[in-house]
Amino acid sequence: MSDFLLKMTGVSKEFPGVKALNNVDFYIRKGEVHSLMGENGAGKSTLIKILTGIYTKDSGTIELNGRQMSPQNVLEAQAAGISTIFQELNLIPDLSIAENIFLGREPKDRFGKIQWKKIYVKSTEALKDLGINIDVQLKLKDIGAAIQQMVALVRALDINANLVVMDEPTSSLDDNEVKVLFKVIRNLKERGVSVLFISHRLSEIFEICDRVTILRDGKLVGESLIRDISHGELISKMIGKDSESIVSNKKKAIDFSTKETYLTANGISSGIMLKGIDLSIRKGEIVGLAGLLGSGRTELARVLFGDDQAANGKIEINGKKVSLKHPADAIINGVAFCSEERKAEGIIPNMSVADNITLASFSDITRFGFFSRKKQLQITNKYIKQLSIKTPGANREIKFLSGGNQQKVILARWLALKPDFIILDEPTRGIDVGAKSEIDKLIQSMANEGISILLISSEMEELVKRCDRVAVLYEGEKVGELQGEELSVDAILHTITAGHNRKLQGANK
Amino acid sequence: MKVLNRINSMEDKGVIAAFLVLFITATVMFEPFFSLLNIMNILRQVSMIGIVAIGMTFVILIKGIDLSVGALVAVSGVLSAYFAGRSMVLAILLPLLLGALLGAINGIIIARYRIVPFIATFAMMIGARGASYIATDTKSIAVPMTAKAYSKIGRGYAGLVPVPVIIFFLLLFIAYYILKNTSFGRKVYALGSNEEASLMMGIKVNRVKIAVYSISGLMCGAAGVILTSRLGAGQPVAGMGWEIQAIAATAIGGTLLSGGVGGVKGTFFGVLILGMITNMINLQGSLNSWWQGIITGVLLLIAIIVQAQEGRRIVSLS
Ligand SMILES: Nc1ncnc2c1ncn2[C@@H]1O[C@H](COP(=O)(O)OP(=O)(O)OP(=O)(O)O)[C@@H](O)[C@H]1O
Ligand SMILES: [Mg+2]
Repeated sequence: MSDFLLKMTGVSKEFPGVKALNNVDFYIRKGEVHSLMGENGAGKSTLIKILTGIYTKDSGTIELNGRQMSPQNVLEAQAAGISTIFQELNLIPDLSIAENIFLGREPKDRFGKIQWKKIYVKSTEALKDLGINIDVQLKLKDIGAAIQQMVALVRALDINANLVVMDEPTSSLDDNEVKVLFKVIRNLKERGVSVLFISHRLSEIFEICDRVTILRDGKLVGESLIRDISHGELISKMIGKDSESIVSNKKKAIDFSTKETYLTANGISSGIMLKGIDLSIRKGEIVGLAGLLGSGRTELARVLFGDDQAANGKIEINGKKVSLKHPADAIINGVAFCSEERKAEGIIPNMSVADNITLASFSDITRFGFFSRKKQLQITNKYIKQLSIKTPGANREIKFLSGGNQQKVILARWLALKPDFIILDEPTRGIDVGAKSEIDKLIQSMANEGISILLISSEMEELVKRCDRVAVLYEGEKVGELQGEELSVDAILHTITAGHNRKLQGANK
Repeated sequence: MKVLNRINSMEDKGVIAAFLVLFITATVMFEPFFSLLNIMNILRQVSMIGIVAIGMTFVILIKGIDLSVGALVAVSGVLSAYFAGRSMVLAILLPLLLGALLGAINGIIIARYRIVPFIATFAMMIGARGASYIATDTKSIAVPMTAKAYSKIGRGYAGLVPVPVIIFFLLLFIAYYILKNTSFGRKVYALGSNEEASLMMGIKVNRVKIAVYSISGLMCGAAGVILTSRLGAGQPVAGMGWEIQAIAATAIGGTLLSGGVGGVKGTFFGVLILGMITNMINLQGSLNSWWQGIITGVLLLIAIIVQAQEGRRIVSLS
């Protein structure tokens, strides 16, 4: 009798042009939190999809609780006790939150009628347990990414599982929500349930996981107890190089006071989300937006991109007042926006990597109405190399790329546009450590060319590392700005707390 | 968020409003319009296309389309006529079975072989129509005068209400209940809203698809029986253009052609609107009946544009 819950041995999987998994052994013990680490495209999601019956393996065996299995679909995997939250959240936009939790296993009365009341009560409670109070009859498409993630979590927990698989569940969560998630994971562990947890954030791995398996290019490179491995070792195993090259520190302070101002926004208000925000950005400056979820970061970005209209306030670009009624107005003024909603707004799944990259900059490669295929490939290959996008070629449809690599393609699209000002909303969500540092360098080199950058990120360390200045938002107000020496994670947290306290006092008066 | 919710639940408010406007206009403009007799008449006239449109609503909810409905009405109607003189039970059951079977074939071709619904059902439309011509030698098959009970299906009344109308309402109610309150119904919405996600949530997507196209076929079978009984003959040319009418009624009723949103309640009003337009043209007397096509086309366009606008508004608000 072993204490292994899951044994996958010699698993291989080949897609046209890629060997996604090559003879991988992967074991999970009972009641442990196990992490699967690897760069974008290393094969993590593929392994999970084989385990859950979405893909069929080319070879190898899977044993769960000592019994051989090879699930043909999600239902079979669920029946065997494997519950999964997939990387690309798979929920139904037009159904309510509650239905998304119960779809396919609704409680029914004798006549097959769904017991709606029960569903609503149960899902309200389940979400409340995770600290979320929300009307569960809202449609899924009307709620934010973080709550959607929690809905997926509740759905997964509702299935009576002995293994819960979570493929990058934290990528759209902020620190508080991650804490809630970790509480849930610890709870599962206490009940003897094993958890397979994937994340590109090393700090999370070291906080929650017991053991880690590392993949590189579809091959197993190692397995270790978390307490036996250091950050550096883990990274260098993942990327196959020394980790020195990618660990960078806080950005050196640059004096921007002599540089020209690119954009000034004054008193931007819109609905309840934004309440009179002032912001200015100089040429070549990287300004970060920090704040909790719902603090108005994305909303502000959308206003600056003309995707939402400000009810009040004025925006000047290069000293001239502009009216941004539509993204096209913003694009003409040299503004680009790399959205956090990768799947909904970003990729065109059935088009090639090359088409996806050059989509926004089509006019650059078009002469007299004809577009140059050669130029398109040139640009594409440049970014494939620069961002180390893992794809068999420029012509591969983007939907076949791994999640993180899709993200890189989107980023490349906006970079190819050569804008004056680029808004990056969570640009490195789901991107591995190695590529992150590549992107860091890229952002910096853009700034050096004089492009102004507005960076939104839930990871405060990243803001501190990359930005010249950080504006802190709290519930739609700017509660502070930090730069130079004063800029640190602690200072950002402190500013948020101060903003919160001020609000409380204001409310008490 | 509350507001959003309300907008979403307004799905069929638009069509109900349009219906009311039309209804009042007709009442004011045409004396004979607002009478029990005329209204029953309208209901009876729309009942068969209405039944087909119920099936079409299921199909469109899963982001599909069924072009074969008119032809399926014809084949099953012809089959019904063959048996009408011999056995009433067979004259009802066999066409229903045939309709469901042909619908299931549509579904299997679409789900298993991943053929786009437009093409698969287009082929079925041509094939089934051809079959009904061959089976009848292009003539119509008369229902014997002796089949008294059988002819009640299309011509009878229960009190003041025509039998086809009763059948229509019954099916409408069942469909409404299934879509709203059963697991299968919710899967239909899920599938139309996001097929890939449905698959990953453990829904047997292919089964749902096949079931939905079978339902559409079944409805055609029912409409075929009623039509044959009403006309007193099974005609190979029956149901010509019904696919267009049924799609129009569904879309006007607020079911999104992009799937996942809508329902049979809207379709009911969509069908009524089409019926009232025909009726008003008849009452008016001097208008060419081709106007009906033009008006239907315009309404359809308006409905689709409104849908697109609402979709946009919801996206930008969220
Ligand atoms: N359906 C598919 N068809 C073709 N190639 C695929 C398919 N799914 C994955 N791949 C390829 O297999 C490789 C492994 O992808 P996978 O999604 O498992 O990576 P991952 O480790 O999850 O990466 P990430 O961290 O970016 O999510 C990638 O090169 C990817 O392009
Ligand atoms: Mg992945």
